[in-house]
Amino acid sequence: MSTLADRASGSEKGAAMTDRVTNILLTGIGGQGVLTAAELLAATAVAEGFDVKKTEVAGMAQRGGVVTSHVRMGQKVLAPAIAPGEGDFLISFEVAEALRAAPMLRKGATIVVSDLVMKPPVVHQGLFPYPDDPVAELRRQGWAVRAIPARAIAERLGNVRLINTIMLGGLSDLLPFEGAILRAQVVDRFRVRKPALAELNAQAFDAGRDACLAGV
Amino acid sequence: MVRNMIDPSAAPAGTRLLYSGNEAVARAVWESGVRLATAYPGTPSTEILETLALYPDLTAQWGVNEKVALEAAIGAALAGGRAFCAMKHVGVNVASDALMSQTLAGINAGLVLAVADDVGLSSSQNEQDSRYWGRFAHLPVIEPADAQEALAFTKMAFEISELFGTPVILRMTTRVCHVKTLVEVGERKEPQERSFIRDPRRWVMLPVHAREMIPRQFEREKALSAFGDTSELNTEFPGSDRSIGIVSSGPAALSAREAAPDTPLLKLGFSCPLPLERIRAFAQSVDQVLVVEETEPLIENELKAAGLAVHGKDVLPRTGELSVPLIRSAVARLKGEPEVASEASEAAPSLFPRPPTLCPGCPHLSPFYSLSKLHDKVIVSGDIGCYTLGAGQPWRSMDLCTCMGASLSMAGGLSVAKGPGDEDKSIVAVIGDSTFLHMGLQGMLNLVYNNANVTVLLLDNRSTGMTGGQEHPGTGYNLYGETTPRVDLVGLVKALGVPEDRVFEIDPYALPEMYKTLRNETRREGVSVIVTNRPCVLTSRHKAGGALTVDEDRCTGCGNCLAVGCPAIEVVRREERVLASGKTRELSFVRIDSAFCTGCGVCAEVCGPKAIQPLAQVKAGALETEGA
Repeated sequence: MSTLADRASGSEKGAAMTDRVTNILLTGIGGQGVLTAAELLAATAVAEGFDVKKTEVAGMAQRGGVVTSHVRMGQKVLAPAIAPGEGDFLISFEVAEALRAAPMLRKGATIVVSDLVMKPPVVHQGLFPYPDDPVAELRRQGWAVRAIPARAIAERLGNVRLINTIMLGGLSDLLPFEGAILRAQVVDRFRVRKPALAELNAQAFDAGRDACLAGV
Repeated sequence: MVRNMIDPSAAPAGTRLLYSGNEAVARAVWESGVRLATAYPGTPSTEILETLALYPDLTAQWGVNEKVALEAAIGAALAGGRAFCAMKHVGVNVASDALMSQTLAGINAGLVLAVADDVGLSSSQNEQDSRYWGRFAHLPVIEPADAQEALAFTKMAFEISELFGTPVILRMTTRVCHVKTLVEVGERKEPQERSFIRDPRRWVMLPVHAREMIPRQFEREKALSAFGDTSELNTEFPGSDRSIGIVSSGPAALSAREAAPDTPLLKLGFSCPLPLERIRAFAQSVDQVLVVEETEPLIENELKAAGLAVHGKDVLPRTGELSVPLIRSAVARLKGEPEVASEASEAAPSLFPRPPTLCPGCPHLSPFYSLSKLHDKVIVSGDIGCYTLGAGQPWRSMDLCTCMGASLSMAGGLSVAKGPGDEDKSIVAVIGDSTFLHMGLQGMLNLVYNNANVTVLLLDNRSTGMTGGQEHPGTGYNLYGETTPRVDLVGLVKALGVPEDRVFEIDPYALPEMYKTLRNETRREGVSVIVTNRPCVLTSRHKAGGALTVDEDRCTGCGNCLAVGCPAIEVVRREERVLASGKTRELSFVRIDSAFCTGCGVCAEVCGPKAIQPLAQVKAGALETEGA
C-alpha cells in the first residue's frame, strides 16, 4: 500500500527540483474552459516529473458563476489547495475576474489577464457597476500585470474558442518548465481529439506567448 | 454515450495516472471485485459512480434516492457480493434509517459507504460532519487525505468490512473528491466467493433478534478500536520540534504537514473508533497536542473526555477548510510566537458579484418570471436543484428551501398555518423532476391526502441538472444510457389523487399560457399541479432553435426582457428620460448575444414593441432590402 510516508520522498525526476512549490490560479466563468486549461497544465507538469495537485470548486459554479482552479506543482505537494496570499501566478480568462482572485496572490505575484469582458446578468440588470478599467486597477494595486488582447487575437484567428490556448501561451514563459512542453501538450490534445484544430491552436499559443512578452 | 468511452480498467497495475479522489475510489471499487455499486448524484461525490459506469465486471446503478441506493447495496452485500454506495453528506440523512439498523445486523460480503462532505459549503445546504455517523452507528470511519490514499484506503475498507462483518464509512471531503494528483493503480483481486446465509436471527431485525445483536456490536467496536491502535492507516510523521504534536485526519493533515514540517504529526486514516492508545503514546512524546480537524471538534472532545489536555477549536476555526496559514497561525499561538502575517491582501473592493444563474434558454426562466409577477400574492416553497437559483436576481421568487423534497410537505404546513397579513397569499411549491422522484412523491401524496391548498410547479427538465445532467427514472435512461421505462409524471400525480382537471402539462416557452395557468390555479382551493415539459438546455435532449436579435429601431429601452433573467440579454446603453409626468426613468437598450441565444422566445413574449425577432428573418430582410 502506498501511503503518504512512502511518497514523502517525492518523484525521482523531481529530485533535481527546488523544494519550492509553484502555485498557479486559473480563474474565469463556468463554460470558459478554465478546468480544461488547468487539466492541461497539471498533465504537463506531471509529464515533467513534478508532483502535482489540481483542484477547483465545481458544482453550482458551473451555472455562469466564477470557476477557479488551483494547480500546485513541485517536488512534493502536500496541501490540496492554494491558500489566500500564496498564489504565484494568476491567469484570468475574464478581465474583471482577475480583481476578484488577486487577493489569493502573494506580494510580487504575476497576473496574466485576458481582455475579454463578460458582464453578468446582475450588471445588465443595473444592480451593480462593472469596473471601468480592471487592468489599470490591477496595476494600481501593484501587481505585475501582463494584459493579453486574447479576444482580438482569437477574432483575428477566426475562432473565439481559442482564448484558452492563447492564455496558456501567455503563461508559458513563466512556468517552472519549458513553455514548449506545454505547447506540445496543448497541440497533441487537439491532434487526438480535434485534429483539424491542432495547427490553429499552435498559432494561438504562439500569439498568446508573443503578446505576453510584448506586454511586459 | 457511456459505452463509447475508454475503459479505465485497461490501465495495468503500476500505471501512474492523474486521478481525482473520486476516480481513484472508482478504480479501487473495481480492483476490490465489487459486484454492485450504487449512488444518488450529489456534489462532490457524483463522479465516483459516473466513473464506475466505465468499468467492466460490475453493475453500477443510480438509486432513486440515497436510502434506496444504500438498501440495494446492503442487499447485494447480504447476497454475498461486495457492494459499494456513494453519496454526499446530506444523503446519509436520507439513508440513515437503513444504516442505523444494518449496523446491528452487520453484513456478509464487504460493504463500503463513501460519504463526501462539503467542507466550506460550495454546493450544499449545510456543512454537517459525517464522522458523527461512525459514533452514532458504531461503524468504522476511514479518512483518506488525497487520491492515492483514496485508492488504497477504499481497498482496505473492504478488507476491514469483511474482517469485522460491518459496513465501513469512507469519509471524503471536497478536497479529496475533486483534487487530482498522481495515483499508482493496483491489481484487481477477486474477493472470496460467498453466498447468502439463511439466518433470520441475524438478518430479521425483530426486537428479540436485535436485542441479541447489541452486545455483539459493542464487542465489534472494541475489536475495531484495538485494530485502529496498530493499523497502518494511522501514520506518524517525525518532527524535530516536540513542543507541539499535531493529531489530524483527511486533507487537513496534509495542510498541517505543510504548515509545520518540523512538528510531529499523527495522521489518522482510521479515525473511528478513535485509536486512543496510539494517540496517548503520541501525546506523551510531545509537550502539547493540537488537534487539526475539519469541521466539528470530534477527536478533540473524545480526547478531552479520555483525560488528555488538547488544543483544537480554541485556536482553529470550527467551520470551513483548514488552510496552511490558519494552521500556521494556530501553531504559532500555541508556541507563544508572533504570528506570521498572511500575504493575502484585502478583499477586492466592492466588485460586482457573479453568482451562478439560470442558463440562456433555461426552461425554468418562464416559471420564475411568472412567479416574480405574482410576487406579492404568493409564498414560494422551494426545493433543491438548479431552480433554487430562482431565489436570486432578478426573480427573487423562492422564499424557503431546506432539503430534498421538502418544498411540497412544507407548503402543506404553510397553507394550514398562514398568519395575519398572509391570508390572501397563495402557497406555491416548486420542485424539479429528479428531486420529485427522489423524495417529493411522499410530500405530493401528503398534500392530496390532507386536502391542502397548494399549487405545485413540477419543473420537469428530464435531467438531474445541477449535478451535471444525470439520468433518473423520469428520463427513460439508466446510468449506462440504456433505455428504461420512463415515468409518466402527469399520470403519476393523477394516480396520487390530483383530479384530472387540476393537472396541467405546460410548455414553459409558451409564457402567456404558463403565467395564466399559474395565476388561475393559485386562486383555486385544493391541489393543482403544473408540469413543465422542456428538457435542460445543457443536455443532448435539448434542440436549440435559431437565435433571436433585437431590432434597434424598435427597442424602447423598457427593460421588460431583463426581468426574464436570461444571461444572453445584454444592455448596450442606458439613458435617463424625463416622462410626460415629469418623472425620470432609466431606459435600458438591449442586444441579444446570438452565440448564447437558444431561440426559446420567452423574451420576445414580454417585449411590448415587438423588437425581438428571429435573427435569420432579420438577416433575410436585410438582404432583401439590399437587393431592392
